[in-house]
Amino acid sequence: MNLFAQSAHELLDQIRSRAISPEDIDDSVRGRIAAVDGRIKAYVRLRDREKNSASLQGNGSFKVPIAIKDNICVKGEETTCSSKILQGFKPPYSATVISKLQEKGAIVIGQTNMDEFAFGSSTENSAFGPSRNPWNTDCVPGGSSGGSAAAVAAHEAIWALGSDTGGSIRQPASFCGIVGLKPTYGRVSRYGLIAFASSLDQIGPLTKDVTDCALLLNLIAGHDEMDSTSANVAVPDYTQFLTNDVKGLKIGIPKEYFIEGLDAPVRQAVNEAVEEFKKAGATVKEVSLPHTEYAVATYYIVATAEASSNLARFDGIQYGLREQPKTVRKTPIIDLYEETRDRGFGWEAKRRIMLGTYSLSSGYYDAYYLRGQKVRTLIKQDFDEAFQEFDTVLTPTSPTTAFRIGEKAADPLSMYLSDIYTISANLAGIPAISIPCGFSRERLPIGLQLLAKPFAEDMLLRLAFAYEQRTPWHKESVPL
Amino acid sequence: MNDAQELETVIGLEVHLQLNTESKIFCGCANRFGQEPNSLTCPVCLGLPGSLPVLNQKALLYAIRIAVALNAQVQPFVKFDRKNYYYPDLPKGYQISQYDLPIAFAGFIMISSEGKPKRIGIKRAHLEEDAGKLIHDASANCSLVDYNRTGTPLMEIVSEPDIRSPQEAYDYLTTLKLTLQYLHVSDCDMEKGSLRCDANISVRKKADSTLGKKTEIKNLNSFKAVKNALEFEADRHRTQLLSGDRIIQETRLWNDEKQSTVPMRSKEEAHDYRYFPEPDLVPLTLSEEAIEEIRRVMPELPAAKWERFRQQYSLSEYDAKILIQQPSIADFFEACTHLSKEIKKICNWIIGPVAAELNARKVGIEVLNLTPIHLVDLIKEVETGAISHLAGKDVLKMMLDTGKAPATIIEEEGLAQVSNSDELEKIVSAVFNENSKVVAQIKEGKETAMGFLVGQAMKQAQGKANPKMLAEIIKRRITDA
Amino acid sequence: MLSREQVQYIAALSRINLQEEEIVLLQKTLTDILTYIEKLKKLDVANVKPTSHVLPLENVFRDDAVKPSLAQSEVMNLSVSHSRGAFKVPQVIE
Repeated sequence: MNLFAQSAHELLDQIRSRAISPEDIDDSVRGRIAAVDGRIKAYVRLRDREKNSASLQGNGSFKVPIAIKDNICVKGEETTCSSKILQGFKPPYSATVISKLQEKGAIVIGQTNMDEFAFGSSTENSAFGPSRNPWNTDCVPGGSSGGSAAAVAAHEAIWALGSDTGGSIRQPASFCGIVGLKPTYGRVSRYGLIAFASSLDQIGPLTKDVTDCALLLNLIAGHDEMDSTSANVAVPDYTQFLTNDVKGLKIGIPKEYFIEGLDAPVRQAVNEAVEEFKKAGATVKEVSLPHTEYAVATYYIVATAEASSNLARFDGIQYGLREQPKTVRKTPIIDLYEETRDRGFGWEAKRRIMLGTYSLSSGYYDAYYLRGQKVRTLIKQDFDEAFQEFDTVLTPTSPTTAFRIGEKAADPLSMYLSDIYTISANLAGIPAISIPCGFSRERLPIGLQLLAKPFAEDMLLRLAFAYEQRTPWHKESVPL
Repeated sequence: MNDAQELETVIGLEVHLQLNTESKIFCGCANRFGQEPNSLTCPVCLGLPGSLPVLNQKALLYAIRIAVALNAQVQPFVKFDRKNYYYPDLPKGYQISQYDLPIAFAGFIMISSEGKPKRIGIKRAHLEEDAGKLIHDASANCSLVDYNRTGTPLMEIVSEPDIRSPQEAYDYLTTLKLTLQYLHVSDCDMEKGSLRCDANISVRKKADSTLGKKTEIKNLNSFKAVKNALEFEADRHRTQLLSGDRIIQETRLWNDEKQSTVPMRSKEEAHDYRYFPEPDLVPLTLSEEAIEEIRRVMPELPAAKWERFRQQYSLSEYDAKILIQQPSIADFFEACTHLSKEIKKICNWIIGPVAAELNARKVGIEVLNLTPIHLVDLIKEVETGAISHLAGKDVLKMMLDTGKAPATIIEEEGLAQVSNSDELEKIVSAVFNENSKVVAQIKEGKETAMGFLVGQAMKQAQGKANPKMLAEIIKRRITDA
Repeated sequence: MLSREQVQYIAALSRINLQEEEIVLLQKTLTDILTYIEKLKKLDVANVKPTSHVLPLENVFRDDAVKPSLAQSEVMNLSVSHSRGAFKVPQVIE
């Protein structure tokens, strides 16, 4: 089997036994990128091997190539959130997760495409053009971490980091047939993650299987004194929970998720997965999360409000794009702002900034932002109650499989609604994982989502691993 | 139209105070003035994408200290908010500030207005980050931005509109500044911008319950400028009101050269700051015990010190007031009192010759080469007659120049008075011999001639004779003879 | 329906110079989204506390200790336009 097609834990075993070298893997993956990325467009930038020499020569024990979403700062490398407005911006510092990974020897092989500033669910809203789904290149890979998901699925990276604000790791993982985990808010440092919505964003792993997911989470989780919102909660070795034992665990199935709009193949695959868990000894019962129908509306208030403020710094003053109109419209400085932001932001970014600005503006704050924050409380309480009784809540990751490129581009609301199952975890701050649970008739992957209470990533990995041991999905390979 | 006398001026002041922490409020960059542009910046205070703020605990402590000194309520639940607006000196496009839950509210300070105590309410005081600095280069048709100041901890102190005259505004600022100086939380230096002030002023008929249209005055670089600008604006408002013109609510800039205000040129946009809770910082809860602990270790404030100085050292109101005007002087005075019981003399020396030297040298006592023990020694030298009072002042100057002990200087400069009675007796004998006629005249009752003898003796002693001893010896010898 | 003036006001607050067709399109799509969001009004939230932070974290501080800053040259390397160690922008009128 080609090295690029193997999981990280398989490769690390071979490095340890000296059967292969990290350079062999690097060569293999770079060869694969050269062969297929013209069709997939997962990467926006590759990073030379020389730049990874510190990692390669160091004592780290995780010397496999990792792909990084283009919104996580890598010192000295252009980092742009796939936006024109950040063109040329080379951060003088690395995100905490990057420093942690490099200490352990990780090879940052390249930066991956995304919806501009993570605004989207398809990776179509990128200044670099869309990425494509490796299972069917006419389809989107999902988003916003579509580049990272596509890279892992297409074997252009051994594993990858993405970020998840409303499903941006889990939904593309589901569309691309891989494993994606959004950790508990505060589990992984956000320092160096270019913010979309500060109270919702989390960095997380995109991997070929659950074991890799546990390994990568081990590497990036933990308290960071540079991030006031990171939790000072001890990080266990997550691989110890991969026991293949789910006997007696209680799984809740939220009735509000199995509604109109859920595609039949997805429903069927998820139902079959539920049966699999039952066979493995878990107990399954219906649960109610009554405020589910309000999640998307709440999310679009809270996330866009924060985004409108977070993106105010992209104004052409310090770094990135600067545009100055030839004639004065208002004042030279205001013209600079308005021209730079008009030219630098894509259409979806403008729409979200406008929406967020509106919901915070004078006279509308109480009706929109404040109300959104209150409904957020109700959504969180739904989960608090559910986890009194259940170890996990099981849902589809997305109501559909990957849609075709351009299919939803004209209708933002239908695009927003494709995040309907993933958004609540961000609003509640809880961890959630997406794992492959089957294929549609068109051979497009289907994903299953598991949610747990805060800091119960161990529970998610335990359940996911047991399911993975019983099913063949993660072994399927893309037709490339 | 009413007479001008019946109009009332209403003033409220906003003071911005930079806190003198070692590092900035949300990052580890040094909090220092006057460095190379953009040499004290990092991803956090530059607002680079992905960076995050972490609160400096010292800044919070200082803020609470200020709250306590302003007799304010301390918010038990503190959060930060984002104030969103665009300006090139604001690198994130928002300022981290506090909106609906300022750390301090409902406070007051007592000022003395025309000799009477008056209470000026403090509406609120909150903690925020300072912005950068814009340098306007008209010749190059551009502005330059320096972010060194960005992230300096800033306390905004907003008074109630309780101030009724420009002089009261001046007195409020002086009292507030003194109070803040005692807290050691800021340099309070307007020239360096560590204390800045904006003023709101309106004029109304005394009988009115609502306020008149106000103007905000900016670019006030000294307390004197505040007073002058307010006087100018009060006159302008009154003249306009009396002539029936309407006051436009606007921001005006004080021009110190022309001694007048002009409207700000930049178009005033509707302020819609879109405040919302800062998601990158977690809330703070301040327990009653924690606040009590800060209260317990609060430095003594000027009013209390004034009271205590009068009681403990039996100083006059005036002397005590002068001593407390600078915390460092008050401390110096107290240090001296531990070394000598000559309280009144110490006080006189400090508010006299020492203060004169400080003024002449334009420095604070803490940077001078003067230790309490040296000053107390100097006073002793003068009191014992080792040197004259006049020589004492010269010795003080040399002490400040060199940092040497007074005894050393007296010896080196040969300033010691002859206080040796044997030596003085010899001199007097010689003078008596040379001026026997004068001595006889004095004995016959012409006592005014005594001064002549003292003068002659002093001349012989080259001016260094102890005048008191000299006079005593001459007097005794005449009586005895 | 959001008015043209509302869209222009928000655009000005957001410092985005919208083109004519963008204003028209935003009037429609923002209205659609806001209409969808209206569903939150069905809920009685009078006695619900807003959630700004999902984690019950409090009192996170750093010590008042100085750390090295970036070098001035490093900062100027970021900049679009600079002069004498400072970021250069069009003249700001006060």
